[in-house]
Amino acid sequence: MSELDLDQLLIHYREDPYEDFVVETPNTGWVRFMADDGMKVEGPRGTWQHIPGTLLYVLERERNRIPIHAHINGTISELQVDLNGQFVEANTHLMSIRHPMTKDEVINKILKQVLITFNAPERAKYFFPPEITYKLEKKKHGTVLVRPGEEILIMSLMKRDTPLIYNGEPGIIHTVYFQPNITLNQGEPLLGICPPGKLNYIRKIVQKIQNEWA
Amino acid sequence: MTPEINKRLSQIELNVQYLLDIKEGAEWGNLGDLMEKVRRLKEEIYDRPEESIEADLAAMEETVSFLEDRAEKSLTPDEIVRIVRNPQRITLQNILENVYDSYTELGGMEDCNIDPSMVVAKATISRRVKGHVYVHQVMVIGHEKGHGEEYRNGGCTRPWGNEKALRYMEVAETEGIPIHFYVFTPGAFPIEDYPGAAQQIARNLYALAKLRVPIVSLISEGGSGGAEAVGMSDIRLMLSHGYYSVISPEGAAAIEGKIKEGEKVPKDLLTFCAEQLSITAQDNLPLKTIDRIVQEPVLGARRDDFAFLRQLRYEMIRATDEVVLKTKSFRTFRAYAIKQEKAAERNYEFDIYIRWELTEGEEERLLRLRSLKYRKMGQGFYNESVTWPDKVFKKTEDAVLKSYYGLRYGLIRHHHKQVKKVIEEVSGEGSVFLRKISSPLISAYDFIANSAAKKQLRIMAASSTASGAEEVTEDWGDTYVSPLANEDRTVSCPNARKYGCLDLWVPDLYGEFCGVCQNCGHHFPLEYQWYLQNLFDRGSIHEFNGHIGSINAIGYQGFENKIRRDVIKTGRTSAMITFHARVEGISLIVAMLFNDFRNGTVGAAEGDKFVRACEKARIMRRPFLAYIHATGGIRIQEGTVGVVQMPKCTMAVREYIDSGGLYIVVYDNNSYAGPVASFLGCSPYQFAIRSSKIGFAGPRVIRETTGEDIPPDYHSAQKALARGHVQGIWDRREFRYNLYKCLLTMGGSNLYYR
Repeated sequence: MSELDLDQLLIHYREDPYEDFVVETPNTGWVRFMADDGMKVEGPRGTWQHIPGTLLYVLERERNRIPIHAHINGTISELQVDLNGQFVEANTHLMSIRHPMTKDEVINKILKQVLITFNAPERAKYFFPPEITYKLEKKKHGTVLVRPGEEILIMSLMKRDTPLIYNGEPGIIHTVYFQPNITLNQGEPLLGICPPGKLNYIRKIVQKIQNEWA
Repeated sequence: MTPEINKRLSQIELNVQYLLDIKEGAEWGNLGDLMEKVRRLKEEIYDRPEESIEADLAAMEETVSFLEDRAEKSLTPDEIVRIVRNPQRITLQNILENVYDSYTELGGMEDCNIDPSMVVAKATISRRVKGHVYVHQVMVIGHEKGHGEEYRNGGCTRPWGNEKALRYMEVAETEGIPIHFYVFTPGAFPIEDYPGAAQQIARNLYALAKLRVPIVSLISEGGSGGAEAVGMSDIRLMLSHGYYSVISPEGAAAIEGKIKEGEKVPKDLLTFCAEQLSITAQDNLPLKTIDRIVQEPVLGARRDDFAFLRQLRYEMIRATDEVVLKTKSFRTFRAYAIKQEKAAERNYEFDIYIRWELTEGEEERLLRLRSLKYRKMGQGFYNESVTWPDKVFKKTEDAVLKSYYGLRYGLIRHHHKQVKKVIEEVSGEGSVFLRKISSPLISAYDFIANSAAKKQLRIMAASSTASGAEEVTEDWGDTYVSPLANEDRTVSCPNARKYGCLDLWVPDLYGEFCGVCQNCGHHFPLEYQWYLQNLFDRGSIHEFNGHIGSINAIGYQGFENKIRRDVIKTGRTSAMITFHARVEGISLIVAMLFNDFRNGTVGAAEGDKFVRACEKARIMRRPFLAYIHATGGIRIQEGTVGVVQMPKCTMAVREYIDSGGLYIVVYDNNSYAGPVASFLGCSPYQFAIRSSKIGFAGPRVIRETTGEDIPPDYHSAQKALARGHVQGIWDRREFRYNLYKCLLTMGGSNLYYR
């Protein structure tokens, strides 16, 4: 991505700092809305996200009333008022939630486009090899370089450790998305690797968002 | 200005503050004005002549004394709760320092402690008899509330604090010294960290039931299960300004008034609940949940009431003497002397010395008396409508059963076992001898007839029939279908989002699927009748003691109507059903707590039915199953009559197990609080039905007590299994088979008694 694109992206996020989440019916049933257009809704809360979010609508099928709650905070938009009290098919678009993005969400969104992500090949726990751990501890953040053919991670599954070899283009470990000793699902991002030439520019972008984003 | 005046003024200020705390406001007795006067005098103390100050002080002292007497005469239960919780109240530390000659704290000191809210100390206590000083050693165990120290946790003991208490109870037993318990707790700290609050209390009660040393307890603040963990004793004393309750008045008010979490309980409701719960010493004495009241000074003993502490020393020695004397064969004159002693008249001195060590025979007597004491608790607080012919029939039946089963399983079986053992020994020896001679011949025969292969085949065939195949092919005739299935609609599994479970059609779910989600295995609650119909052999259930019913034991306002409503709804008179039953031909006695009657709570009726079922299982040498369809704990409307069911039922269980019985507990749906922390939790074999929840206190109580939120699966059966509370989780559809297997595995050759 060129520098101009990044600037465009920033302008875009600044102009419209929202992400729209579409709310669709999980199955067929009679819909009864419990939220109005423009209403602010909360997502799940509590330490374990165990307190459900705001009630959006009730879907009734075979006298089984299923309450559907908001999965993220934001404002209700595009409410399909005409569907209220109607029987709908599965995957019918009922409303959207305009979610105001936080500073971290914007940074993550941009970084995921700029950085080369190294994803989990299997559901397992992941660790850094001792050399990389040592480098990460000793050197400053964002200066550990990895080259193709280097052992980058250790995948630990059922006490069986398998080394993972990096075979992408050379780069610097910019973001670590995982925590040791926590099992990750297949495909989840583990590392964000930044080509050495772009490091300064990315830092500048992150800094800019950190300073300027409300 | 003399220091004496300063001291007097400070004392007046403390006393006025104490009155303000108890009365919760400055209006009563113009306490606000009085406090203002005290403060003004404090400011002017160096500016005014001494005589004038003295005169004001004397007037104030007189006013305070008058107000204290007035307050004492009209003390309400909620004021007593405030006295008990006041920072000026005596604590165990004051008692250790003033009642005992010397002490050494065990298991840590102050904040460097396993659990600072539970203090254990080896102490000495002495008495002077005719100029001679006799010293006794005792183990002092009790809650320490502290005078404002945060780390004491207000006397709320964590599981490991109760474990420490148990460890040193056993030390006292080894050393043969009496135990003095001091109960100063608003309740146990409701956390499920290993082994869980309920499990540890149950273990303590189980051990205390047969601890072979004299135990005396003194209750100042007896908060339900936490109090029972160190409260089971041979004599239970209670301070006149203490409280002993099934639940805190705040907790009762929140339930009674259906107060939402985080909302403040109205003061009137709190006062009402404190009055209804029968929590004071004067309320508890007629309920026979305590043995004696120790009179405190006006408005309760405070930390500097040294005269009271001297009296307490006398009371503790006297109570221990009484316990010890009851175990002695020659005791008439000494027992009479102790009974006649009046503490104040005798200036807290003793005429006689009683040695506190017990012989083996005396220990047996001590345990027998303790058992009798707890067996009697709560009796008369339930409805037992029997006619005299029924009574005669029951007594005759009991006597016949006792003789028959005593003969069958005691005498004949014992001899049969002995003879069998001798035959086995002899035949074992003989077979080794014969093998030496016959093995060459057998080898030759096997080689010719190839009989070894046939023999192996027979063994395999035998093992395949023993694996439960018979159960599958059993003809059940008409099967019971839950009435819940009579509804034409679907329901969603609570795990649908997580595991993608499809909606379930109710007739299928509660019919063919036995209330189990076909995708994730979540168990939907089913009525208790389903278990009665599907768990036991057809026609094998014979209920007994069905005539015992719950009543409004302590006159809790409006409770009769609630009982009446549940009687009409369920057609039963208590939350417990006790019956004979068979599982795959194995006879057993079952006690079942079910949800529909007062949420399966345990009161005097339920407790007594449980104890009687235990006794029946003991007489008939039957395995004993406690199936808990659901229990919400001890019934709060029965106050401490309900609480004492915890030690009472645990005692019955202990005696049943000690005499050779097999006790199995199975939890289903929701099982919480007192019963789990006593007679259920003490079973060595506890199991849970899938999707059930087991714990000490519910999430709201935990949040309000600890100030921390708990994960949604905090009380799940899996968590209970992980911390070793239950030994397995059973699928409802395999309950019958698992129970049968469990009876065979845990019982084995000792199924009908060891």
